[in-house]
Amino acid sequence: MAAEIARWLTPWEPLYWLIALFAIVAACYVRGLARRRRARDVLPAIAFFVGLASMYTVMQTHVDYYAQYMFFIHRAQHLILHHLGPFLIALSMPTAVLAAGAPLWLSRGMRGLGALPPVAGLYRVLQHPVISAALFVGLIYFWLWPSVHFTAMLSARDYWLMNLSMAVDGLLFWWFMLDPRRPGATPTTYSIGLRIIVLWAVMPPQIAIGAYIALAPDTVYDVYAVCGRAFPISPIVDQQLGGLITWIPAAMMSVVATLILLRLGFVHDRSTASPTEPAVTASRPDERQTV
Amino acid sequence: MNHRLPRRLFVVFALAATALLAACSGGEPEYNAHDIEGVMPDLAFNLTDENGNAVEADDYDGRLKLLFFGYTNCPDICPATMARIRAALGGLDDTTRENIDVLFVSVDPERDDPERLAQFTSSFGPRFAGLTGSQEQLQTLSKRYRVTYGYGEPNDNGFYLVSHSSAIFVFGPEGKARLLVNQEQSVDALRADLKKLLERVD
Repeated sequence: MAAEIARWLTPWEPLYWLIALFAIVAACYVRGLARRRRARDVLPAIAFFVGLASMYTVMQTHVDYYAQYMFFIHRAQHLILHHLGPFLIALSMPTAVLAAGAPLWLSRGMRGLGALPPVAGLYRVLQHPVISAALFVGLIYFWLWPSVHFTAMLSARDYWLMNLSMAVDGLLFWWFMLDPRRPGATPTTYSIGLRIIVLWAVMPPQIAIGAYIALAPDTVYDVYAVCGRAFPISPIVDQQLGGLITWIPAAMMSVVATLILLRLGFVHDRSTASPTEPAVTASRPDERQTV
Repeated sequence: MNHRLPRRLFVVFALAATALLAACSGGEPEYNAHDIEGVMPDLAFNLTDENGNAVEADDYDGRLKLLFFGYTNCPDICPATMARIRAALGGLDDTTRENIDVLFVSVDPERDDPERLAQFTSSFGPRFAGLTGSQEQLQTLSKRYRVTYGYGEPNDNGFYLVSHSSAIFVFGPEGKARLLVNQEQSVDALRADLKKLLERVD
């Protein structure tokens, strides 16, 4: 039993810097929670840790082995890296807790880095609604392009480039989407309506590629036959499952995010209507910085 | 000024994306197979050959190497692939053929002992060598080339299937990874690739 657990927890391809990064972020967050001691941190903390742990699990445990040798598990891995994990992390608005927990030099350093003109400029470009949507969908299409996918699954370097690019883009996209501040509070805080348009714009291309894969009569990705599968499963079933994962839950995330944004818009409106009430509940404008 | 900056970066970004796409799609492929030069590491392994001797990759230096993962009880892919390789080698002249080794690595050491491997490879010709090893040795080699294998449930007679890679990995005389040949590639296309590779390294 213990040996089995150890086997599952052992990274298939350890990236020590990545493990260290996750550990540092988790440690800062826990320290931040302990320092702030606020009851309203509890729910966001759960979202944050579920998001962080899910991203870690699909990259640095034995799950990664199955993701390398089964197409549908690879798709589930990307669903977590690009959609679910970053979504939960962005939803938890972790900046304030992280800043409270990080050593002073680190939080100052990060803030200083974010304020550098090239970094801030690049961030504004990446978070431009059109670029953000194009990157979000473009990366899915790029890594699923059969010849690109083939090399990515064969080359250790490209494999990690693929996974990490999905994770970073997922964080950027959902950070942009779920920003709770009042529109216009920062240059990258766009109006709720515009954000909903972007959310719905990224849905059809994801449905299209998911449906294409799920309904393809032949093998689209032969690299899984080339490398061997982790356990015997019909290649076409593997592909159909992978297509469905790309198609349905990925697109559903846009619907979930839309509901959250509508609620956020409602909270903004209500606090505008009664200016005597302090607008603290949902917006917390002071607590969020661009990273 | 502040408003212009993102727009200028937007243009730069769009140009970079276009350039990247152009770079990815450009260039005629030289071989019929997938070129894996620089993508995969040089050949390295510690295994046992069909005579029961411990061997390593260096022992096959100086010749082109075709590496295939399989098992002798394999009902379809392995014998078919070996037959395709035999047919491809058959169309080469003797001296060219002698510069090629075919390494059949069994990922089923439980059933494939050296005698059994020798019996299997001898039916395909003198250029074919059977190799196998401990699970640890086999896993090290398969992981190095990002392939895997797994065992199915045994039936009443104790027979079980083994899932394994279906590709032929081609390595140069010094062990450099060169090509990855998949099942769809024809015998003629494989022969043409081998000829081209040998001309290049000579």
